[in-house]
Amino acid sequence: MERIPILKMGEYLLVTIQVDMHDRLAMSLQDDLTSRIVSARAKGVLIDISALEMVDSFIGRMFGDIAAMSRVLDAETVVVGMQPAVAITLVELGLSLPGVRTALNIERGMDLLRGLTAARGRDDAGSA
Amino acid sequence: MATDASVPLHELLQKDDGTLVQNWVDAQINAPSFRSDRISRQEVMDQSRRFVTLLREAVRSGESDIMGPAWIGVRQMLDDLSVGRAQQGFSPSETAAFIFSLKQPVFDRLQAGGTSSEVLSRVGSTNTLLDRLGLYTTEVFQRGREQVIIRQQQELMELSTPVVTLWEGVLALPLIGTLDSARTQVVMENLLQRIVDSGAAIAIIDITGVPTVDTVTAQHLLKTVAAARLMGADCIISGIRPQIAQTIVHLGVELGSVVTKATLADAFGIALKRLGLAVQKPSNAARRREEEGTDGRAAADRGEG
Repeated sequence: MERIPILKMGEYLLVTIQVDMHDRLAMSLQDDLTSRIVSARAKGVLIDISALEMVDSFIGRMFGDIAAMSRVLDAETVVVGMQPAVAITLVELGLSLPGVRTALNIERGMDLLRGLTAARGRDDAGSA
Repeated sequence: MATDASVPLHELLQKDDGTLVQNWVDAQINAPSFRSDRISRQEVMDQSRRFVTLLREAVRSGESDIMGPAWIGVRQMLDDLSVGRAQQGFSPSETAAFIFSLKQPVFDRLQAGGTSSEVLSRVGSTNTLLDRLGLYTTEVFQRGREQVIIRQQQELMELSTPVVTLWEGVLALPLIGTLDSARTQVVMENLLQRIVDSGAAIAIIDITGVPTVDTVTAQHLLKTVAAARLMGADCIISGIRPQIAQTIVHLGVELGSVVTKATLADAFGIALKRLGLAVQKPSNAARRREEEGTDGRAAADRGEG
């Protein structure tokens, strides 16, 4: 069965979705990603969906779910490179994904992720 | 019936050539509705002669349905003529008068010879045929006008939603006119595509030119903002007039976390600040240096000249 590769870059995980998502693939991505976050002790997840051209409400909700799951596991999620058509579809479906952070491209997403983890590192140090 | 209708007309067109066209052209030019400012006598002459030639061929086929394959030449000619006249600014009745003015010269000829009942049936069937052709010109004319209207609507839609770059990474979308669903779609697509193309991090939607904001318009604006956020760009809504601010509150529209500013300048200021940029006056020394620099260049230009 095909799987979406999850790459480790330092303390971050990089997921690039290059194929059309179907429901089973989305479920296996959730499984793989959560276990990878734990095993790699990742601080952040970057999901690149610039090649994704079609979404339905299930896939849309999956992004929200992944972000929520990562947060529980102490990792920030940034979704990058969403196509205009995908953004319009998600909004029309009523899924504006309030809990998901977004960026235009990988570079900006990485900056955002670094900023977020740095800020959290400071908070943790402050409270300790 | 088809043959009964077309045979006398066919014979007539076959026998008579020059004078029928001549009489018809005279009838057209002498009619009170003739637009000598829009079309020349020569043009009318050419069109009439071509039409009679095509009509003769079509009638000879014996087919009575003007939408049939034998009439394709006549139809094409009328298509061109109607569309051309629609663009020249003729009215529909002036365009249809081209066909209807042919009735009188044809009927004059059909009346010669035969019993009165024969004449009546000949005239009647020819009348029906010419009526149908006349209505066909009106239909085509109308279609031509509709195409013009549709094209203008599309142009208006595209013209009225420009996306401008204010600074590297800052886009502005000045909206003018009422926002309905169709326009919002165009606005949204334009803006999102430009965000992708330019990689802008901040988009300012200026609604100074939007006359009224109701719940539907607000909903559309919020959708655009949400879609831009999903792509990773922040949106600022600016140009909110006092009355519109009141309306938004009275309607109970929840703008949520969307940043709103009264003027485009304020929104631009915020955008620059977020990008870590600032606008400032140059110091005296810097200004002097710059002036000297331009003077020096000007002197050099003069020297070369």
